[in-house]
Amino acid sequence: MELREGEIHALIGGNGSGKTTLACLIMGCAGYAPSGGEIRFAGRVINSLPIHERARLGITMAWQEPARFEGLQVRTYLSLQRPEADSAPYLEQVGLEPTSYLDRPLDKTLSGGERKRIELASVLALHPRLAILDEPASGIDLRSLSEIAGVIRSLKAEGASVLLITHREEMVEIADRASYLCAGRIVFSGSPDAVAARFKARRCAICDGKVCQ
Amino acid sequence: MSALNDMLEVLGTVYDDAAIVASPQIAHLIVDGNNLLSLQQAPGVSIASRLVETVLEAEIVVAQGVRLEQPIHLCIGMLGPRGLQHIRSRIKVEEDAQVSLLAHCLFPVAESSRHVMEAEVELAAGAQMHYREGHYHGPTAGIEVLPKAVVKVGPGGRFFSDFFLTTGRAGRLHLDYRIEAAAESVTEVTTRIFGHGSDEIRTREELVLAGRAARGLLKSRVAVDGEASSEVISITHGNAAEVRGHMDCMEIILERARAQAQPIVSVSHPLAKVTHEAAVGTVDQKQLETLMARGLSPEAAVDVLITGMLR
Repeated sequence: MELREGEIHALIGGNGSGKTTLACLIMGCAGYAPSGGEIRFAGRVINSLPIHERARLGITMAWQEPARFEGLQVRTYLSLQRPEADSAPYLEQVGLEPTSYLDRPLDKTLSGGERKRIELASVLALHPRLAILDEPASGIDLRSLSEIAGVIRSLKAEGASVLLITHREEMVEIADRASYLCAGRIVFSGSPDAVAARFKARRCAICDGKVCQ
Repeated sequence: MSALNDMLEVLGTVYDDAAIVASPQIAHLIVDGNNLLSLQQAPGVSIASRLVETVLEAEIVVAQGVRLEQPIHLCIGMLGPRGLQHIRSRIKVEEDAQVSLLAHCLFPVAESSRHVMEAEVELAAGAQMHYREGHYHGPTAGIEVLPKAVVKVGPGGRFFSDFFLTTGRAGRLHLDYRIEAAAESVTEVTTRIFGHGSDEIRTREELVLAGRAARGLLKSRVAVDGEASSEVISITHGNAAEVRGHMDCMEIILERARAQAQPIVSVSHPLAKVTHEAAVGTVDQKQLETLMARGLSPEAAVDVLITGMLR
């Protein structure tokens, strides 16, 4: 699989097909070592790099179910790398009013949708070269999908590549290319329309571990 | 005067508003070892102190209906490296009175020091008290801290306590609180401790929800690293109708540290409800990886997590 510089690449596949596993492999999460092959970023093999070193190269990830943190304020979370930076614009970009959120703790008092938006804001604040977004629109109401799409486009506008893991057709539409993952293998890559159509035709909502033909 | 200045100077290193403590408008009690350095009354508050053999006795009474705008400051510590400080205090908040107490416990150079505190706190009907006790210890572990309190919260009373020892070495800390809560009262007790090296932390907090519709929360946050150990015992009794109690304990262990949590639920009324949650272990992997994916080193990420938990 190749992700080009500055492209939004949608990754679709049934539940259990390996989308999040692929995301974690690229990010370098614990327990996700490649069984073979290489992960290259900007020409460099990064298989053996720990997460924070990958992050310092410009890779970051927004988890499908973001972690919650007791005692950590949204303001601090958004400025972990640049404590002096103004985080308000990133919250505005994801549709959250900064004055209402900057001083809130990033704990269970936030709803799932609020936490997802803050996760996206934190990705924006990093100005990454590669953003891995695992289901960024899950838990977000339909009316707000265009805001999320806008966030993803703004990452692209800054020159970032985006690996967009999604089930939603509305989100696939904003991608430049897409890949269809089945049982841990990319079985088809192409235009988002073509990949979405193939996925729909196969009706494999839940991956049974066999690669679709 | 010089001991008082020394104490205020040490206080100034850990508390932004140290100067206010010596203000004549602010009720305070300042003690070094068993020596009373300063005592200030305020309208509606009576503070008395006397030395009985080797024990310093202190009594604070907040008169009925008095609502103090400024907190009472208790600055208690030992500026020297060794010795015994034994304080027996009695705090009474009369009917419908409201008060905040800030206890600054300073032991900056303890090598062989023992701090014993025996407190009796009584909140009359409708009274409210916020108690915040912060310990500031030095880098050596030569201190033994033995705070013991029995608190009686009257009907409709509200008691909030926040004990924290997150700066310097905890030494040997054995905390023992017992709170008896009357009908329709509210109690929240929070304990935050960070132990290092060979520190030994033991907390025992017992909440008796004795009156109808009393509510209470015991919340513990402990982190230990090095070879430190912690044992958190939280006990809540639900002894009356409509009482609601909850215990929430989180302990993080790093390196070779050890931790234990014992939540005990005891209910003797069919309409009482007491719940608990306890988590003991190393830092959460997902939290850690999320912070590392923002570029923090593993060490910096652990610092952020522990600082947040103890905040």
